[in-house]
Amino acid sequence: MVYSSKHLIGLSEISREDILTVLDTAKSFREVLDRPIKRLPTLQGKTVVNLFYEPSTRTRISFELAEKRLSADIVNFSASTSSVKKGEILVDTVKNIAAMKIDMVVVRHSSPGTPHLLARVLDANIINAGDGGHEHPTQALLDMFTIREKLGKLEGITVALVGDISHSRVAMSNIYGLKKMGARVLVCGPSTLIPRYIERLGVEVYHNIDEVIPQADVLNILRLQLERQRKGLFPSLREYHNYFGITRERLEKATRRLLIMHPGPMNRGVEISSNVADSDHSVILEQVTNGVAVRMAVLYLLAGGRSEIN
Amino acid sequence: MRLTKDVIVSRKGFDPLPERLLLKGGRVIDVEENIDETLDVVIEHGRIVEVGQVREDGFNGDVLDCRGKIVSPGWLDMHVHLREPGSEGKETIATGSLAAANGGFTGVCCMPNTNPPIDSQEMIQYIKDRSKGALVNVHPIACISKNREGKELSEILELVEQGAVAISDDGSPVMSAELMRRALEYSKMVNVPVIGHEEDMTMTAGGDMHEGFISTSLGLHGMPAVAEEIMISRDIMLADYTGGRFHVAHLSTRKGVELVREAKARGIQVTAEATPHHFTLNEEAVLGYNTNTKMNPPLRSEEDRLAVIEGLRDGTIDAIATDHAPHSYEEKVMEYIYAPFGVVGLETALGLAGTELVKKQRFDWNQIVRLFAVNPYRILNLPIPVVKQGALANLTIFSPEATWTVKAEKFLSKSANSPFLGWKLTGKPVAVINNNQIFKSVL
Repeated sequence: MVYSSKHLIGLSEISREDILTVLDTAKSFREVLDRPIKRLPTLQGKTVVNLFYEPSTRTRISFELAEKRLSADIVNFSASTSSVKKGEILVDTVKNIAAMKIDMVVVRHSSPGTPHLLARVLDANIINAGDGGHEHPTQALLDMFTIREKLGKLEGITVALVGDISHSRVAMSNIYGLKKMGARVLVCGPSTLIPRYIERLGVEVYHNIDEVIPQADVLNILRLQLERQRKGLFPSLREYHNYFGITRERLEKATRRLLIMHPGPMNRGVEISSNVADSDHSVILEQVTNGVAVRMAVLYLLAGGRSEIN
Repeated sequence: MRLTKDVIVSRKGFDPLPERLLLKGGRVIDVEENIDETLDVVIEHGRIVEVGQVREDGFNGDVLDCRGKIVSPGWLDMHVHLREPGSEGKETIATGSLAAANGGFTGVCCMPNTNPPIDSQEMIQYIKDRSKGALVNVHPIACISKNREGKELSEILELVEQGAVAISDDGSPVMSAELMRRALEYSKMVNVPVIGHEEDMTMTAGGDMHEGFISTSLGLHGMPAVAEEIMISRDIMLADYTGGRFHVAHLSTRKGVELVREAKARGIQVTAEATPHHFTLNEEAVLGYNTNTKMNPPLRSEEDRLAVIEGLRDGTIDAIATDHAPHSYEEKVMEYIYAPFGVVGLETALGLAGTELVKKQRFDWNQIVRLFAVNPYRILNLPIPVVKQGALANLTIFSPEATWTVKAEKFLSKSANSPFLGWKLTGKPVAVINNNQIFKSVL
């Protein structure tokens, strides 16, 4: 199978088949990660630019590792060390980088739509590593990969996204992806952190976490995006934790074995208590490992690879 | 992608009107004079000397063939940002006037959110000096508050005496109900409207587009319709309480239209305008993140758009005004959240009215003339131009059937931040005549 799009900008924009292609391809790369020699020559001679206009640890390192494991040449650019401070506009910055002959751009930016802007002005393949509150497609792909690996399928699985849905690109990409794959999606959080009309995306809205836990196969627990919020959307972290925090006591209401996921970074004691984060329900670190495999798959497919690798 | 706008059009000014000019065979629409028929118009030294049947052969003077075209009293855009002084890179009084003429307008009102703002006699005088002698009349609107700070009233009596036709802090709302109350009371003495930019900023701060399903899907912060409606509601109550004249700028929501309709029925002195982009586009235009869809008020829901059209149809909304807001290419090529609000409108207004209102929504051109050429003057207490023997020739001539494609290169505005580039429109400006000058549209 071949991935049919030039870019990976959002899961709202790609087909179920393309999502499956990525997930299947990632399976092979996941096995590579367990080999003693983890490097493949696949992207030899290709140049990938990691363009990070927003702070990131996990995603940036994960992409960088994925690129290195595929033998790509890498350029890292972060806003704090660039000409952004000299007043250059984004389009000029990226055109200059592109003029140095690059093949792919991985971009993270606080403004939704920035990957679209790059796709309009550059010839390179664009991979969205998170654009504001819009999408974070590789995160959702690695979440789906992890669920599929653990539960064997996505269709018919009930996934609850818990927390700050309004400001979460992870939630948006998960909703788009999971719905396409036939999962049931619940969102749960304070009413001020659930965006209007979200139910039109086919999700069910809850404000009481204790009603959600007994129905769920997966809890994907989101961080409070304090840096993206207007002030005053909820009264206090204390109240948030008391009503929406995932604790060991709450998990006793589960009716089946629950997968606990979190895209990180975690605020322990706020949205998730330590004894949940570190419990054997938690697949949080496996998500991180799978992230490298999924990103390898995306890079490989965008470079023209087919899903049957050897 | 171009980084600069190449103006291929070399037109830099207006032409003097021929001594004698015959406008031959046009459909003359003058709502005030109750005219809608095919008539010839003779203009001599800038004044209309005959309206009737005039033979072309043997006419001693120039002839402009107006067959198949409409001859209307000159159009006035009562909501324009000319950017001068302060942001001459985006627009100047000269280029904005050319853009207005190119789009079929003989007059504009310029909003006072310049730098420095129009809050002093000197600034009013500056606008008048810079626009003196041109075809397009530029009517300054002065600030409600000193320095547009929303704190103290500006010297409204003096500003109006100097030539301001209305007061507004447009670009920002008057957040203080007390200040708005006093502005409505005080401006009553000189009978000018208070033009309200209606937005409760405590609800819209950080917003980029209309709050709805599309903003949720795109991950953009929303500006809810209710933030506009709350302020319209407040200011209608204040107009009722004070007896002042309140005009709603760029009305964009269904409930806003309903509030104005009810207020008018109750006899409150309220008028309203709507923009071509709000009656043509809805929030879905933002999909794809074209920054030329970012304006304030934002593009609303389809329900809101249709309500605005109904408001224009039944007279709830009195005028079409463009909110012409030029921004340079380099500002608009930014990331969506960093791009400034605003779109140009002077050169597409006529075509959008022809396309959306006449062709699709079955408006009559009579209604359009009322919205562009009659009501704006009435709201501002300015003399309404007429097509009548003895009157000064202040005319807009346009072709209702002509179709054309919107191209940035044809704009005479310094900026081309339009969401309608590449659109095919029906209804095209032909020429404008005013102040003994003529300008033939190059669109």
